[in-house]
Amino acid sequence: MSPWPFVLAAYAIALGGTLGLGLASFAAMRRAERAADALRDGR
Amino acid sequence: MHIFANPARFLRLARPLTPRLGWGGAGLIAAALVYGLFLAPPDYLQGDSVRILYIHVPAAWLGMAGWAGVAAAGLMQLVWRHPLAGVAGRAIAVPGAVFTAICLATGSLWGRPTWGTWWEWDGRMTSMLVLLFLYIGFIALAGAERDRGGDGRLAAIFGLVGAANLPIIHYSVLWWRTLHQGQSIGLGRSSMDESMLWPLLVSALGFSLLFASVVLMRMRTALARQKIEARLRRMAA
Repeated sequence: MSPWPFVLAAYAIALGGTLGLGLASFAAMRRAERAADALRDGR
Repeated sequence: MHIFANPARFLRLARPLTPRLGWGGAGLIAAALVYGLFLAPPDYLQGDSVRILYIHVPAAWLGMAGWAGVAAAGLMQLVWRHPLAGVAGRAIAVPGAVFTAICLATGSLWGRPTWGTWWEWDGRMTSMLVLLFLYIGFIALAGAERDRGGDGRLAAIFGLVGAANLPIIHYSVLWWRTLHQGQSIGLGRSSMDESMLWPLLVSALGFSLLFASVVLMRMRTALARQKIEARLRRMAA
Protein backbone atom coordinates (compact mmCIF):
# COMPACT_ATOMS: atom_id res chain seq x y z
CA MET A 1 0.00 0.00 0.00
CA SER A 2 1.51 3.34 -1.08
CA PRO A 3 1.53 5.82 1.84
CA TRP A 4 1.50 8.91 -0.44
CA PRO A 5 -2.31 9.26 -0.81
CA PHE A 6 -2.56 9.20 3.00
CA VAL A 7 0.30 11.69 3.41
CA LEU A 8 -1.18 14.09 0.85
CA ALA A 9 -4.68 13.80 2.35
CA ALA A 10 -3.28 14.53 5.84
CA TYR A 11 -1.41 17.63 4.56
CA ALA A 12 -4.51 18.83 2.68
CA ILE A 13 -6.70 18.49 5.80
CA ALA A 14 -4.14 20.22 8.04
CA LEU A 15 -3.41 23.10 5.66
CA GLY A 16 -7.06 23.51 4.62
CA GLY A 17 -8.21 23.57 8.25
CA THR A 18 -5.50 26.03 9.29
CA LEU A 19 -6.08 28.31 6.30
CA GLY A 20 -9.86 28.22 6.77
CA LEU A 21 -9.53 29.01 10.47
CA GLY A 22 -7.13 31.89 9.81
CA LEU A 23 -9.21 33.44 7.01
CA ALA A 24 -12.52 33.08 8.89
CA SER A 25 -11.00 34.67 12.03
CA PHE A 26 -9.45 37.50 9.99
CA ALA A 27 -12.71 38.24 8.13
CA ALA A 28 -14.73 38.24 11.38
CA MET A 29 -12.19 40.58 13.01
CA ARG A 30 -12.21 43.01 10.08
CA ARG A 31 -16.03 43.08 9.99
CA ALA A 32 -16.38 43.63 13.75
CA GLU A 33 -13.66 46.32 13.98
CA ARG A 34 -15.04 48.19 10.95
CA ALA A 35 -18.55 48.10 12.43
CA ALA A 36 -17.23 49.37 15.79
CA ASP A 37 -15.30 52.20 14.05
CA ALA A 38 -18.33 53.13 11.93
CA LEU A 39 -20.53 53.32 15.04
CA ARG A 40 -17.94 55.48 16.84
CA ASP A 41 -17.70 57.87 13.86
CA GLY A 42 -21.50 58.08 13.75
CA ARG A 43 -21.78 56.57 10.26
CA MET B 1 -1.03 39.72 33.24
CA HIS B 2 -2.80 42.46 35.18
CA ILE B 3 -1.07 44.99 32.89
CA PHE B 4 -3.45 43.79 30.16
CA ALA B 5 -6.58 44.11 32.33
CA ASN B 6 -7.24 47.31 30.39
CA PRO B 7 -8.65 46.32 26.93
CA ALA B 8 -7.24 49.52 25.32
CA ARG B 9 -3.73 48.63 26.51
CA PHE B 10 -4.21 45.04 25.31
CA LEU B 11 -5.34 46.27 21.87
CA ARG B 12 -2.30 48.56 21.55
CA LEU B 13 -0.13 45.45 21.86
CA ALA B 14 -2.39 43.03 19.95
CA ARG B 15 -2.79 45.16 16.80
CA PRO B 16 0.86 45.14 15.68
CA LEU B 17 1.44 41.63 17.05
CA THR B 18 -1.38 39.89 15.13
CA PRO B 19 0.06 40.17 11.56
CA ARG B 20 3.64 39.58 12.74
CA LEU B 21 2.73 36.32 14.50
CA GLY B 22 0.52 35.27 11.59
CA TRP B 23 3.02 35.86 8.79
CA GLY B 24 5.95 34.59 10.87
CA GLY B 25 4.03 31.40 11.63
CA ALA B 26 2.97 30.94 8.00
CA GLY B 27 6.60 31.30 6.83
CA LEU B 28 7.90 28.75 9.33
CA ILE B 29 5.09 26.31 8.51
CA ALA B 30 5.78 26.61 4.76
CA ALA B 31 9.51 25.98 5.25
CA ALA B 32 8.99 23.05 7.63
CA LEU B 33 6.31 21.38 5.51
CA VAL B 34 8.28 21.69 2.24
CA TYR B 35 11.24 20.09 4.05
CA GLY B 36 9.02 17.49 5.72
CA LEU B 37 7.21 16.57 2.52
CA PHE B 38 10.11 16.53 0.03
CA LEU B 39 13.50 16.66 1.76
CA ALA B 40 13.31 14.83 5.10
CA PRO B 41 14.41 11.19 4.96
CA PRO B 42 11.78 8.42 5.13
CA ASP B 43 11.69 6.37 8.35
CA TYR B 44 13.51 3.03 8.24
CA LEU B 45 10.38 1.25 9.47
CA GLN B 46 7.38 3.42 8.48
CA GLY B 47 8.74 4.70 5.17
CA ASP B 48 7.14 7.88 3.76
CA SER B 49 4.06 7.75 6.00
CA VAL B 50 6.26 9.25 8.74
CA ARG B 51 5.93 12.62 6.92
CA ILE B 52 2.49 12.99 8.57
CA LEU B 53 4.49 13.54 11.78
CA TYR B 54 5.24 17.17 10.81
CA ILE B 55 1.57 18.14 10.97
CA HIS B 56 0.13 15.56 13.36
CA VAL B 57 2.41 16.31 16.33
CA PRO B 58 2.04 20.14 16.18
CA ALA B 59 -1.77 19.69 15.93
CA ALA B 60 -1.74 17.40 19.00
CA TRP B 61 0.47 19.86 20.90
CA LEU B 62 -1.84 22.78 20.06
CA GLY B 63 -4.97 20.82 20.96
CA MET B 64 -3.53 20.13 24.43
CA ALA B 65 -1.85 23.53 24.90
CA GLY B 66 -5.11 25.18 23.82
CA TRP B 67 -7.02 23.48 26.63
CA ALA B 68 -4.26 24.40 29.11
CA GLY B 69 -4.87 27.99 27.95
CA VAL B 70 -8.65 27.62 28.41
CA ALA B 71 -8.06 26.31 31.96
CA ALA B 72 -5.54 29.08 32.79
CA ALA B 73 -8.00 31.70 31.51
CA GLY B 74 -10.74 30.10 33.63
CA LEU B 75 -8.51 30.26 36.72
CA MET B 76 -7.68 33.92 36.07
CA GLN B 77 -11.35 34.70 35.60
CA LEU B 78 -12.46 32.93 38.79
CA VAL B 79 -9.61 33.96 41.11
CA TRP B 80 -8.47 37.38 39.88
CA ARG B 81 -11.60 38.36 37.91
CA HIS B 82 -9.35 39.44 35.04
CA PRO B 83 -11.64 41.26 32.57
CA LEU B 84 -10.02 39.72 29.48
CA ALA B 85 -9.75 36.15 30.83
CA GLY B 86 -13.23 35.08 29.69
CA VAL B 87 -12.63 36.64 26.26
CA ALA B 88 -9.29 34.79 26.00
CA GLY B 89 -10.82 31.44 27.01
CA ARG B 90 -13.54 31.72 24.38
CA ALA B 91 -11.01 32.89 21.76
CA ILE B 92 -8.78 29.85 22.37
CA ALA B 93 -11.59 27.27 22.26
CA VAL B 94 -12.39 27.25 18.51
CA PRO B 95 -8.75 27.06 17.24
CA GLY B 96 -8.08 24.45 19.96
CA ALA B 97 -11.00 22.36 18.72
CA VAL B 98 -9.90 22.73 15.08
CA PHE B 99 -6.35 21.53 15.85
CA THR B 100 -7.67 18.64 17.98
CA ALA B 101 -9.85 17.59 15.03
CA ILE B 102 -6.84 17.92 12.66
CA CYS B 103 -4.80 15.77 15.08
CA LEU B 104 -7.48 13.05 15.10
CA ALA B 105 -7.95 13.13 11.29
CA THR B 106 -4.21 13.08 10.47
CA GLY B 107 -3.64 10.38 13.13
CA SER B 108 -6.29 8.25 11.49
CA LEU B 109 -4.66 8.79 8.07
CA TRP B 110 -1.30 7.82 9.59
CA GLY B 111 -2.77 4.75 11.29
CA ARG B 112 -4.24 3.18 8.15
CA PRO B 113 -0.95 2.54 6.24
CA THR B 114 1.08 2.01 9.46
CA TRP B 115 -1.19 -0.09 11.70
CA GLY B 116 -3.70 -1.29 9.10
CA THR B 117 -6.62 0.42 10.86
CA TRP B 118 -8.22 3.88 10.78
CA TRP B 119 -9.11 3.86 14.46
CA GLU B 120 -8.41 1.95 17.66
CA TRP B 121 -10.01 2.64 21.05
CA ASP B 122 -6.64 2.94 22.79
CA GLY B 123 -5.83 5.37 25.60
CA ARG B 124 -4.21 8.14 23.53
CA MET B 125 -6.78 8.24 20.73
CA THR B 126 -9.78 7.95 23.05
CA SER B 127 -8.53 10.69 25.40
CA MET B 128 -7.89 13.00 22.39
CA LEU B 129 -11.44 12.33 21.19
CA VAL B 130 -12.68 13.21 24.71
CA LEU B 131 -10.68 16.47 24.41
CA LEU B 132 -12.55 17.30 21.17
CA PHE B 133 -15.89 16.68 22.93
CA LEU B 134 -14.74 18.88 25.84
CA TYR B 135 -13.96 21.71 23.39
CA ILE B 136 -17.38 21.36 21.75
CA GLY B 137 -19.06 21.37 25.18
CA PHE B 138 -17.06 24.44 26.25
CA ILE B 139 -17.93 26.37 23.06
CA ALA B 140 -21.64 25.53 23.46
CA LEU B 141 -21.67 26.38 27.19
CA ALA B 142 -19.75 29.66 26.81
CA GLY B 143 -22.02 30.71 23.91
CA ALA B 144 -25.21 29.87 25.82
CA GLU B 145 -23.97 31.67 28.94
CA ARG B 146 -23.07 34.75 26.93
CA ASP B 147 -26.46 34.80 25.15
CA ARG B 148 -28.20 34.78 28.55
CA GLY B 149 -26.06 37.65 29.82
CA GLY B 150 -24.02 35.47 32.20
CA ASP B 151 -20.50 36.30 33.37
CA GLY B 152 -18.93 33.10 31.99
CA ARG B 153 -18.25 31.50 35.40
CA LEU B 154 -19.78 28.15 34.43
CA ALA B 155 -17.62 27.92 31.31
CA ALA B 156 -14.56 28.87 33.39
CA ILE B 157 -15.29 26.05 35.89
CA PHE B 158 -15.87 23.65 32.97
CA GLY B 159 -12.47 24.67 31.54
CA LEU B 160 -10.73 23.98 34.84
CA VAL B 161 -12.44 20.61 35.41
CA GLY B 162 -11.70 19.55 31.82
CA ALA B 163 -7.97 20.08 32.43
CA ALA B 164 -8.04 16.73 34.30
CA ASN B 165 -8.00 15.14 30.83
CA LEU B 166 -4.57 16.65 29.95
CA PRO B 167 -2.41 14.37 32.18
CA ILE B 168 -4.52 11.42 31.00
CA ILE B 169 -3.64 12.25 27.36
CA HIS B 170 0.03 12.81 28.21
CA TYR B 171 0.55 9.62 30.24
CA SER B 172 -1.88 7.42 28.29
CA VAL B 173 0.95 5.85 26.25
CA LEU B 174 2.67 4.82 29.50
CA TRP B 175 -0.42 3.68 31.42
CA TRP B 176 -1.97 1.65 28.57
CA ARG B 177 0.46 0.11 26.11
CA THR B 178 -1.54 -0.40 22.93
CA LEU B 179 -1.12 0.66 19.30
CA HIS B 180 -0.05 4.29 19.74
CA GLN B 181 3.71 4.68 20.02
CA GLY B 182 5.36 6.03 23.17
CA GLN B 183 6.76 9.52 23.65
CA SER B 184 9.69 10.37 21.31
CA ILE B 185 10.43 13.88 22.61
CA GLY B 186 10.73 15.00 26.23
CA LEU B 187 12.27 17.90 28.06
CA GLY B 188 15.95 17.90 27.06
CA ARG B 189 15.88 14.50 25.36
CA SER B 190 14.73 13.02 22.05
CA SER B 191 14.90 9.58 20.46
CA MET B 192 14.45 11.11 16.98
CA ASP B 193 17.21 11.73 14.49
CA GLU B 194 18.11 15.41 14.06
CA SER B 195 17.11 15.35 10.38
CA MET B 196 13.52 14.72 11.53
CA LEU B 197 13.61 16.57 14.85
CA TRP B 198 14.47 20.05 13.50
CA PRO B 199 11.71 20.31 10.88
CA LEU B 200 9.28 19.03 13.51
CA LEU B 201 10.34 21.74 15.99
CA VAL B 202 10.16 24.45 13.28
CA SER B 203 6.71 23.22 12.24
CA ALA B 204 5.51 23.19 15.88
CA LEU B 205 6.82 26.74 16.39
CA GLY B 206 5.19 27.94 13.14
CA PHE B 207 1.78 26.45 13.97
CA SER B 208 2.06 27.86 17.53
CA LEU B 209 2.71 31.40 16.23
CA LEU B 210 -0.21 31.12 13.81
CA PHE B 211 -2.41 29.78 16.64
CA ALA B 212 -1.45 32.80 18.78
CA SER B 213 -2.29 35.14 15.89
CA VAL B 214 -5.72 33.50 15.44
CA VAL B 215 -6.40 33.80 19.20
CA LEU B 216 -5.51 37.52 19.08
CA MET B 217 -7.82 38.00 16.05
CA ARG B 218 -10.69 36.30 17.88
CA MET B 219 -10.06 38.36 21.03
CA ARG B 220 -10.08 41.57 18.96
CA THR B 221 -13.35 40.42 17.33
CA ALA B 222 -14.95 39.79 20.74
CA LEU B 223 -13.78 43.17 22.09
CA ALA B 224 -15.09 45.02 19.01
CA ARG B 225 -18.47 43.27 19.37
CA GLN B 226 -18.59 44.20 23.08
CA LYS B 227 -17.89 47.81 22.09
CA ILE B 228 -20.71 47.74 19.51
CA GLU B 229 -23.18 46.25 22.02
CA ALA B 230 -22.23 48.84 24.67
CA ARG B 231 -22.65 51.74 22.20
CA LEU B 232 -26.00 50.43 20.95
CA ARG B 233 -27.20 50.11 24.58
CA ARG B 234 -26.07 53.69 25.31
CA MET B 235 -27.80 54.96 22.15
CA ALA B 236 -31.03 53.13 23.05
CA ALA B 237 -31.03 54.50 26.62
